[in-house]
Amino acid sequence: MLELVIVSTLNGVLFGMLLFLLASGLTLIFSMMGVLNFAHASFYMLGAFFGYQVSQWTGFWPALVIAPVLVGGIGALVERYGLRNVHRHGHVPELLFTFGLAYVIEEVVQMIWGKLPVNFAVPRSLDFSAFTIFSTNYPAYKMFMLAVAILIFAALVAVLTRTRVGLIIQAALTHPDMVAALGHNVPRVFMLVFGVGTALAAIAGVIAGPALVTQANMAGLLGPILFVVVVVGGLGSLAGAFVASLLIGLVQTFAVAINASLADLFRPFGIAVGPGGFLGDIWNVSVAQIAPILPYVLLVLILILRPTGLLGTRET
Amino acid sequence: MTDAVKPAVAAAPESGFGSLRALTPWVAAAAVFLVLPYAFTSGAALTMLSLMGIMIVFTLSYNMLLGQTGMLSFGHAVYYGLGAFFTVHVMNFVIRNGLPVPVPVIPIVGGLFGLVFGILFGWVSTKRGGTAFAMISLGLAELVASSANILRGFFGGEEGITTNRTKLLGVFGYNFGPQIQVYFLIAAWCVLCMILMYAITRTPLGRMCNAVRENAERAQFVGYDPRMVRFLAFCLASFFAGVAGSLAAINFEIVNATYVGVGQSGVVLLAAYVGGIGFFFGPIIGAVIVTYLQVMLSDVTEIWQLYFGLMFIVIVMFAPNGVAGLIMMHRPLWRAGVVGRVVPAYLVALGPALLFTAAAILLIEMIHHAAAKVGEGPKMTFLRVPLDLSSPVSWLGAVGLLAVGFILSRLVWPMIARAWGDAMGTARERGFVA
Repeated sequence: MLELVIVSTLNGVLFGMLLFLLASGLTLIFSMMGVLNFAHASFYMLGAFFGYQVSQWTGFWPALVIAPVLVGGIGALVERYGLRNVHRHGHVPELLFTFGLAYVIEEVVQMIWGKLPVNFAVPRSLDFSAFTIFSTNYPAYKMFMLAVAILIFAALVAVLTRTRVGLIIQAALTHPDMVAALGHNVPRVFMLVFGVGTALAAIAGVIAGPALVTQANMAGLLGPILFVVVVVGGLGSLAGAFVASLLIGLVQTFAVAINASLADLFRPFGIAVGPGGFLGDIWNVSVAQIAPILPYVLLVLILILRPTGLLGTRET
Repeated sequence: MTDAVKPAVAAAPESGFGSLRALTPWVAAAAVFLVLPYAFTSGAALTMLSLMGIMIVFTLSYNMLLGQTGMLSFGHAVYYGLGAFFTVHVMNFVIRNGLPVPVPVIPIVGGLFGLVFGILFGWVSTKRGGTAFAMISLGLAELVASSANILRGFFGGEEGITTNRTKLLGVFGYNFGPQIQVYFLIAAWCVLCMILMYAITRTPLGRMCNAVRENAERAQFVGYDPRMVRFLAFCLASFFAGVAGSLAAINFEIVNATYVGVGQSGVVLLAAYVGGIGFFFGPIIGAVIVTYLQVMLSDVTEIWQLYFGLMFIVIVMFAPNGVAGLIMMHRPLWRAGVVGRVVPAYLVALGPALLFTAAAILLIEMIHHAAAKVGEGPKMTFLRVPLDLSSPVSWLGAVGLLAVGFILSRLVWPMIARAWGDAMGTARERGFVA
């Protein structure tokens, strides 16, 4: 039991930090431009596939830098020549533009790398077990992922609070019009934030690629959960995104590890509920099986009970 | 005083005409539905026409949300799919118990179950409009889609649930076995739903929906609760989505988890937007285009969904009012009788536009062939032209064609703008432009 708790906590924090790498970019983009970027998880996927492709040529370590730079460049171009043009039509077309973009990126990835998972392997220098808890060998690569995520988190906090650019970004989060009035080139800041946000997503993609499955559906799997994170945390709140990332990460990993069902809950009381009736499955579904829907339950509950999210100040 | 009364009096006989004239489009639509299966007699065409009928109902119901009330939903397929699933279960129940229920009334069942879930989910999701509504709709869609994989008893798992429409009671000797009979059933329901949904836009509720779309706060000042308006619109949209799902269930006789999936919700959003959400007939055009492309493109190329997505992005970027918007742009020109002046410019621009599109498609197909079909070697054909991908000539040629198409398109653009400005100027002089 203790083993399960420790390992699940580690995995949960890891997954949560990975989510935060994505959620931080998404939150910054949303706060500045008011547009929820549907394609954000697609840039994460592009990062994983670019990382795979570049690592075929140069090895893993250069790929860790090159792939995010490439994806960030693509992101900046998308902002400059796509989003900025759609902006004048209003918010709904902006949202739909990113929706269409997510669709196209998935198709392009499928077109080039196929539908099957690619063999994006853990680099040999990290392919050993870091330590052993009870009977579980914890892989060093996961510790590396955690380290990268924490490093970037620290760098992000430092840039946002200690540098001039960070101050302008922070100001633009809450008072974009005022920042523009003070003579800052807000469109260029937008382009920068969009590029950096997508690059962060790509870093998450490169480091997650070898640990998870690098496949054309990985954006579709993670994208909706990412929305849950930013909405639960509170749209526009970086601290909220951090808390919600860890929360969702832990909830998901713990739920997957619990193999009990409603029927098990009633059995000790002598109440036997078996399959039968129209919805008989409900009784025998284990917590592990409903793990995928837990984030959405959380999302719906949060939006009904506390529409600003955990730490947000704006109504969505 | 008399000035104010005069137009009203003058308008009265015209509105009498108008009510008669208001019927014309619906009679025309019914006539089109009647004639089509005799114009396109092949089995494939009949299947496609049936799909179009279903999609028209579904897309129009979606536009009650997005176009009429300004609610962006990412989960409209939930009501379509649940309507379809309950239809199949009810049909099987009717068959088992030998109840005297004829096939044509079955879509009401789907509609009612769509309505029930619309009331249930609508109550929680319509509290707020805007992004919050969009996010809740996405959350609910994921919730239902994931549940479909868990509750196998109801959703039938991967193979889905089947039924048999011919086991139900027939009407006038029709047992709805042949596709043509199902087509006419779908067509009848489609025309009925189109009329009903159009009628709803003309009611005070329909007008309040538009008001909430434009400015929810002002609608509140007039004394209407925007939440209530959104809720009612949501329930009605869910009802018609359920009808569409029911028609699909009758048509295919099988329902599976993809019916409630986010993919299906995406397709209806795409169809409505491509057609044009600002006009009642826009989603009808969109449904026809999207169904046609879904069926035809998937025969022509493996990567049809990519073209689908690209088309959507192009529409969002350059024609945010959709195909219907492009058509309606020309209305003042048509009424001023100067539409002929822009036609030559359009015809001239057609060449470069086609060249550019063809070159882009060629390049995409070449990349696809080079990346995904390594096993087939470097030889491919495009529009019957054999190409060798191993030689740089093919690639340079494709890129060159694309560049030429782009430059020519840019060159003819000022000509279109001039023709357009000229025609609009005349239309304005004649008083047809506000």
